[in-house]
Amino acid sequence: MIQAILVFNNHGKPRLVRFYQRFPEEIQQQIVRETFHLVLKRDDNICNFLEGGSLIGGSDYKLIYRHYATLYFVFCVDSSESELGILDLIQVFVETLDKCFENVCELDLIFHMDKVHYILQEVVMGGMVLETNMNEIVAQMEAQNRLEKSEGGLSAAPARAVSAVKNINLPEIPRNINIGDLNIKVPNLSQFV
Amino acid sequence: MPAVSKGDGMRGLAVFISDIRNCKSKEAEIKRINKELANIRSKFKGDKALDGYSKKKYVCKLLFIFLLGHDIDFGHMEAVNLLSSNKYTEKQIGYLFISVLVNSNSELIRLINNAIKNDLASRNPTFMCLALHCIANVGSREMGEAFAADIPRILVAGDSMDSVKQSAALCLLRLYKASPDLVPMGEWTARVVHLLNDQHMGVVTAAVSLITCLCKKNPDDFKTCISLAVSRLSRIVSSASTDLQDYTYYFVPAPWLSVKLLRLLQCYPPPEDAAVKGRLVECLETVLNKAQEPPKSKKVQHSNAKNAILFETISLIIHYDSEPNLLVRACNQLGQFLQHRETNLRYLALESMCTLASSEFSHEAVKTHIDTVINALKTERDVSVRQRAADLLYAMCDRSNAKQIVSEMLRYLETADYAIREEIVLKVAILAEKYAVDYSWYVDTILNLIRIAGDYVSEEVWYRVLQIVTNRDDVQGYAAKTVFEALQAPACHENMVKVGGYILGEFGNLIAGDPRSSPPVQFSLLHSKFHLCSVATRALLLSTYIKFINLFPETKATIQGVLRAGSQLRNADVELQQRAVEYLTLSSVASTDVLATVLEEMPPFPERESSILAKLKRKKGPGAGSALDDGRRDPSSNDINGGVEPTPSTVSTPSPSADLLGLRAAPPPVAPPAAAGAGNLLVDVFSDGPAAQPSLGPTPEEAFLSELEPPAPESPMALLADPAPAADPGAEDISPPIPEADELLNKFVCKNNGVLFENQLLQIGVKSEFRQNLGRMYLFYGNKTSVQFQNFSPTVIHPGELQTQLAVQTKRVAAQVDGGAQVQQVLNIECLRDFLTPPLLSVRFRYGGAPQALTLKLPVTVNKFFQPTEMTAQDFFQRWKQLSLPQQEAQKIFKANHPMDAEVTKAKLLGFGSALLDNVDPNPENFVGAGIIQTKALQVGCLLRLEPNAQAQMYRLTLRTSKETVSHHLCELLAQQF
Repeated sequence: MIQAILVFNNHGKPRLVRFYQRFPEEIQQQIVRETFHLVLKRDDNICNFLEGGSLIGGSDYKLIYRHYATLYFVFCVDSSESELGILDLIQVFVETLDKCFENVCELDLIFHMDKVHYILQEVVMGGMVLETNMNEIVAQMEAQNRLEKSEGGLSAAPARAVSAVKNINLPEIPRNINIGDLNIKVPNLSQFV
Repeated sequence: MPAVSKGDGMRGLAVFISDIRNCKSKEAEIKRINKELANIRSKFKGDKALDGYSKKKYVCKLLFIFLLGHDIDFGHMEAVNLLSSNKYTEKQIGYLFISVLVNSNSELIRLINNAIKNDLASRNPTFMCLALHCIANVGSREMGEAFAADIPRILVAGDSMDSVKQSAALCLLRLYKASPDLVPMGEWTARVVHLLNDQHMGVVTAAVSLITCLCKKNPDDFKTCISLAVSRLSRIVSSASTDLQDYTYYFVPAPWLSVKLLRLLQCYPPPEDAAVKGRLVECLETVLNKAQEPPKSKKVQHSNAKNAILFETISLIIHYDSEPNLLVRACNQLGQFLQHRETNLRYLALESMCTLASSEFSHEAVKTHIDTVINALKTERDVSVRQRAADLLYAMCDRSNAKQIVSEMLRYLETADYAIREEIVLKVAILAEKYAVDYSWYVDTILNLIRIAGDYVSEEVWYRVLQIVTNRDDVQGYAAKTVFEALQAPACHENMVKVGGYILGEFGNLIAGDPRSSPPVQFSLLHSKFHLCSVATRALLLSTYIKFINLFPETKATIQGVLRAGSQLRNADVELQQRAVEYLTLSSVASTDVLATVLEEMPPFPERESSILAKLKRKKGPGAGSALDDGRRDPSSNDINGGVEPTPSTVSTPSPSADLLGLRAAPPPVAPPAAAGAGNLLVDVFSDGPAAQPSLGPTPEEAFLSELEPPAPESPMALLADPAPAADPGAEDISPPIPEADELLNKFVCKNNGVLFENQLLQIGVKSEFRQNLGRMYLFYGNKTSVQFQNFSPTVIHPGELQTQLAVQTKRVAAQVDGGAQVQQVLNIECLRDFLTPPLLSVRFRYGGAPQALTLKLPVTVNKFFQPTEMTAQDFFQRWKQLSLPQQEAQKIFKANHPMDAEVTKAKLLGFGSALLDNVDPNPENFVGAGIIQTKALQVGCLLRLEPNAQAQMYRLTLRTSKETVSHHLCELLAQQF
């Protein structure tokens, strides 16, 4: 079972936090920080598995992570999951994000937190893997999208606002997540605060 | 077009997020957030009813604030309101908020459950999925109580959409994991198994996950899944990479489902059906073959997916542990991975090989990779990989390679990561002890350990080396010499001082002949370390000093001077001060004889499980130890037919400590510890115990009899029992029964359960049941001390001709009984013919090295095989007359030893085994009973009559049976009960 899914950037800012086991909010934050420190000190190109931090159960749990450009995707799982399988799952999740957002980047995760949650919900449910077929997940998202459209009522104006925000606030546009190759760290990225 | 319409975002939300991101400091961020929280709060509280869009926007903001690490203590109500919206997007965000920010104590749960109930009943698949997601994500007990019964119905309903089925399966799985008692098993389980045949691969995947979890508790209910899983797997494995279309991931067909299926199969033993098994073996071979084919893609995803299946296949092969051919292939494959350029694969290969090392078929094959593994330990850049390498070295260690492995681990320890040093230290200490052939090597290793990683050497480790040195006199001189040398290092670890202080205090005399290590030199060496040490070490050294006074009288003056110094006598620490004062006085007032007695060499330590091993087990959690301590997977651990449930410590083969310490013959006089805490170990025996204890209620006859099948001659328990007491103790070895044996036996004539025996060390409880001429008895041996009993061997002996009268089969029990633990022994008893003397129970064990022996009478008397018989007065008297020969009757008139209570008497007679017949005897004060003694050879009808005389406090007991000896024997037995 997957205990938690944590996505944070190179500076430890959480971008997506999902716990499937109940922890008090305070502990959730600590787990994110602890996990960040555990993976941060690891070089790229070493193994993608390590034992969980003390807060999340120690050696009974494994942290399986992947580093894409500015983001770390970390899944905390128990022994009933296949390590390589989870690695594939992270890839499926990220590729799906990429398809849904068209060249996903960190900003998409920030401004469309709800959508990211919905995509994740199609992949993992209650800590169990629901669907691994990317096309199916994308189809679900498209269906949701149509529903949303049909419910309508929302003007297109915010879209322009978002892209304006994206362009104005940042001295440098963050790189898109490079999904083709693993563990490519992009040097000298601007810091998201 | 992107699948997510970015355009429909919420403007207010985007602005808020941008504001936060533009904050220059943490304070500014908090200020902005507080402002927003206040705003949202006032909006929620305001008079104006908010429309769905606004609610959605605010809830979204709250989620964002929560992600930043701020507590959110409101908004739940608004989220719940969104649940009942008809708009999908509003409902969706409501559910998201609830799942992420659930408040399990909230009274809102009722409202949430209501909304979920409506959505589940809506027949709108999208809404149903949302509701199922919410239940699964929250997974609380309340939700389980509300929905656990409905979800199986949704899961197997014919008209459920695939996506709903998929969600329902995982939802049920989540609820089952959270509260298994709430999920009702029923006819749906059979239909779930058939979901393995579903068209939709997503449904199959979800169903496999569910079954994998459910079948662990109820393996038989789901047994049919084996063949279905095998055929599904076979179809996937043999399909071309394009057959499964969407479920093909980087040219690998349905990797996720394959992995899940292989996991499911690991819940069961190899398939019994030869055809199924053949098909499965074919699959496994295909997977192994595919690993050798060139990759279809250079992408890492391709090899990941392929190898995920491969590793799971290897796990299954290791799980079956029955196909030597496959095991060796698996081992070779892992060997290839050990040198793979992908770190992940090296990591997983090391991990899998660890389990492979414990299979007898592949242990040797694993050992051939030792150089690669040692190399990994030295050169891997990643600590997690190095740790796996250390684990594997530990697992593959045996007598042939112990020296190499231990020295490599010691070398690694010098540079090892701090996080894993303690574990490595424990492992080195265990291996060194377990595979020590000469003990000088052992002592060297441990001292090296202290030198290299003194900080990580826990107390258990250095206690252990002292125990072993104390118990083995052939190594004492060497140990003294070695510690003496080690202590000469200018900076040595405090643990070294402790070990050195203790060993020199005990065995310093063995090296005192050498002028380089004469007593004064030894003392000044130790004392030079004294001032740098902690209180505990200084206390230990003070004890060493007083021992020196005894060993080397020439040091007395110097040492007394040290003890007398103000820094000792007036030490601020109570312990040190007390020791200094006491030792000083002892050395001045006691004669040399007294001193020699008080400070006599320490007696050998009692044998017990290695404290180090116990510590490692604690560190690694249960299970880790079992593979470690005997080096082989324990085949009985999954054996549900194993009968007596062995506790982990009793299953293990004689622990390493037994190897080391068991050789010593002279039993040391160790005073038994005070009986404090030796509470009644048997309390739980008579309450409703675990399933291993059969209920003593009325068992159906057949079931009872079938249980009496003779046990397999070589049960796993017997294999693992200590071989030492295997020699059948001849009758002459058996001490006579203890004096109270008869009295103890009498207590059990009319009852079947109770405490048979108890002293300071041991308590023996009995539970028994008898049907016809068969009986089963459970003996519970409780160790009341805190020290393990060794060579524990209870035996049943049939003196004289009893062998032809009574057959008793016993199961062996574990040779060690841990302190405070209880072991159970089952006896199957068959009465061949009537008998007079009970069998004897001889219990022998070693407590603290001292042999203990005890002989009791086993509470099996002929009346246990009584079958009560109801009959009318007329029948009774007719039979009474038929048994009128003088030798058929036995009569006894005796004084009452207990108060004469009719109810108690009745209970005793019933306990004795006969039926009580009312309205037979004209005198209502009298008791009349009838029954048949069942033996294999013959049946003996018995009639009895007991006439109490309350005034005289006397009884007259009359027995009539068809056999003279039986009449007299029963009469004797029964007369003692009143």
